[in-house]
Amino acid sequence: MVIRGARVIDPASGVDAVLDVEVRDGVIAALGSGLVATAAAEEIDATGLTVLPAFVDPHVHLRTPGQEYKEDLESGTRAGAAGGYCQLLAMPNTVPTIDSRTVLESLFERGERDCVIPTGFLGAISVGLAGAQLTDMYELASCGVAGFTDDGRPVERAGLLRRAFQYARPIALPIALHEEDLTLSRGGHMHEGAVSAELGIGGYPGIAESAMVARDLAIARYEDARVHLQHLSTRGSLEEVARARAAAVRVSCEATPHHLLLTDQAVRSLHGDAKMNPPLASEDDRQALIAAVRDGVVDCIATDHAPHAFEEKDAPFEQAPNGVTGLETAFAAIYGGLVLPGILPLATVLRAMSLAPARAFGLVEPTIAVGRPANLALWDLADRHVVRADRFQSRSANSAFIGREVVGRCHLTIAAGRVAWRLAPVGDPR
Amino acid sequence: MDDLRRHLIAIGDLDREGIERILETAASFESVQEREVKKVPTLRGRTVVNVFFESSTRTSSSFELAAKRLSADVMSLKASGSSVDKGESLKDTIQTLSAYGPDVVVIRHAAIGAALKTTGYTNAHVVNAGDGKHQHPTQCLLDLYTIREALGRLDGVQVAIVGDVLHSRVARSNIQGLLAVGAQVLLVGPPTLIPRGIEATGVRVSHEIGDIATADVVYVLRMQSERMAEGANYVPSLREYTERWGVTSSRVSPRQIVMHPGPMNRGVEIGADLADSNQSLILRQVQAGLVTRMAVLYDLVTRPYRDTAERPAVEVAA
Repeated sequence: MVIRGARVIDPASGVDAVLDVEVRDGVIAALGSGLVATAAAEEIDATGLTVLPAFVDPHVHLRTPGQEYKEDLESGTRAGAAGGYCQLLAMPNTVPTIDSRTVLESLFERGERDCVIPTGFLGAISVGLAGAQLTDMYELASCGVAGFTDDGRPVERAGLLRRAFQYARPIALPIALHEEDLTLSRGGHMHEGAVSAELGIGGYPGIAESAMVARDLAIARYEDARVHLQHLSTRGSLEEVARARAAAVRVSCEATPHHLLLTDQAVRSLHGDAKMNPPLASEDDRQALIAAVRDGVVDCIATDHAPHAFEEKDAPFEQAPNGVTGLETAFAAIYGGLVLPGILPLATVLRAMSLAPARAFGLVEPTIAVGRPANLALWDLADRHVVRADRFQSRSANSAFIGREVVGRCHLTIAAGRVAWRLAPVGDPR
Repeated sequence: MDDLRRHLIAIGDLDREGIERILETAASFESVQEREVKKVPTLRGRTVVNVFFESSTRTSSSFELAAKRLSADVMSLKASGSSVDKGESLKDTIQTLSAYGPDVVVIRHAAIGAALKTTGYTNAHVVNAGDGKHQHPTQCLLDLYTIREALGRLDGVQVAIVGDVLHSRVARSNIQGLLAVGAQVLLVGPPTLIPRGIEATGVRVSHEIGDIATADVVYVLRMQSERMAEGANYVPSLREYTERWGVTSSRVSPRQIVMHPGPMNRGVEIGADLADSNQSLILRQVQAGLVTRMAVLYDLVTRPYRDTAERPAVEVAA
């Protein structure tokens, strides 16, 4: 395949030029002008379009096994491909939990058949995410988990987290943490502040996250552990990360598109699609999060893609489950909301969505350079459109961006050398 | 197409003009209460459905009687004894009742946003009779009515709201409504029961009961012990609460008026003698609730759309 005449941008390899890209045998075979394709090869006229490195999402919920009515491996990875992603890491809070060799092996088997793009899995830190007993971490590692997490829940007991850090040190895989002090967040359904006070919805204070971040970074520092902090949302947490970095703690962390673009004001709609954990925070927190991405304190942008069925989210706010989908809107929301207005540089966003998460979890780095495996996506960065609930590849449509304008549409995704997504001709929603 | 039906979900759905219009209408219904036959044909042929998923005495009886005095057909459904007990969801219940084509659905529900959700499940106008800790707009209207009647004005009136603001939809509606009509609001209570960030609405906050001295109106909130999770420790004991924040005769002056949305815990948040005293307007609030709710039903049915300038109001004989 030759993608002809697109602007190719990859800060990792330093490319920013109008070039032809030739993909052959799953590898980027040539980059240049006026490339001659072999007779059989497909040619794509990409004039006016942009080739970007494909993205890596270290934090998605594919709901398999057990909750396939929300999402399955096929629909979830297709959603990823449609959003320009080439690799995903799925969380283990499934039914049953990914905490044993049996579950993991069956998942890899199904993934082999169903996943549209390469997909890895994190194993649980504690059996059943119950926070009591460590999983067989060496066995899970030998089966190929990409790391460990109890995501959806914090590791409540400091002593257990310390044991996990100690025990898993030789495994050298990151331990990813959902940071929440449950005694502080209990009864909370949205960020605690002026909006929660006015609406009467139970407040979830920012310190529920930052106090736990402080605790866990102290433990990680003591044990010299490699730690990855998931979906950070408050200024206080970011200050803790900056302090820990200065002390050489090996910490990587994530911000989500919804925390970068929305605040607790969105909860005024009382719509379930404005509900997630951690909750949308204050404008001050959002500004701190943007600055942290700009400064590199936050290295990864992850979606925390969390599909839920319509009827589940249609409940009154406090009863609606936490989580929003994100794979298909992440880049367009950030490009339209933060890059085009000049708030975040494109290079920073690309790095945070691609290279940094790949490095944090030791995955294939999606670099656009001759000889590299082809992990790239073709975007129309002039396509300004309103997010619609009926246009998702995901099985669920609980996006916080529905009705909002975003910029950028993915026309083609090549993941691990294979075409994983092609935008259907105009007029056909699929 | 935009849905332009009018509802009363939060007091903020009404501007100052709208609030004053409803209070005027309510006043005009006072004469009905003095007649031998306490009924007007205003809403004859209209149907009002009251759905109460949460227990209520005064609000449900008040809405039912208000609709009856306006000659509407009324159907009142309590959560107990209906299919709600069988796990029928809010959506199914509202859709089922809406199949009868009601003009107004009055709903009380423990969940914040339940009334707003209801607007999507019915073609009727929806009146929120309380949704969790969020809003209770008709309580606000009846309180404004009562204050105006007692003091002759609302603008510049100083109101101290005392007690468990955190769990109170009455407080939230009253804060918005009072500020909208130019009153000043002081919240008084223990820091654990005053929601963090509430000052942003424009109220002042104090933790000293003595600060109610400057208020024209002392509005006492119920201590909602049923909403306090075991071990949450909002207050260590009701004894200490009463000691520090209970509103008693010795803490108010005779020139102040005292209000309470009910039901009261006499001897906890309000002194028993004070509740029964001349300066207490608690029973007057109940009477005001009837005419105010009549006015709300009338207002929605006669001004059914938000842009009433473009759509003629339905003519209803008063």
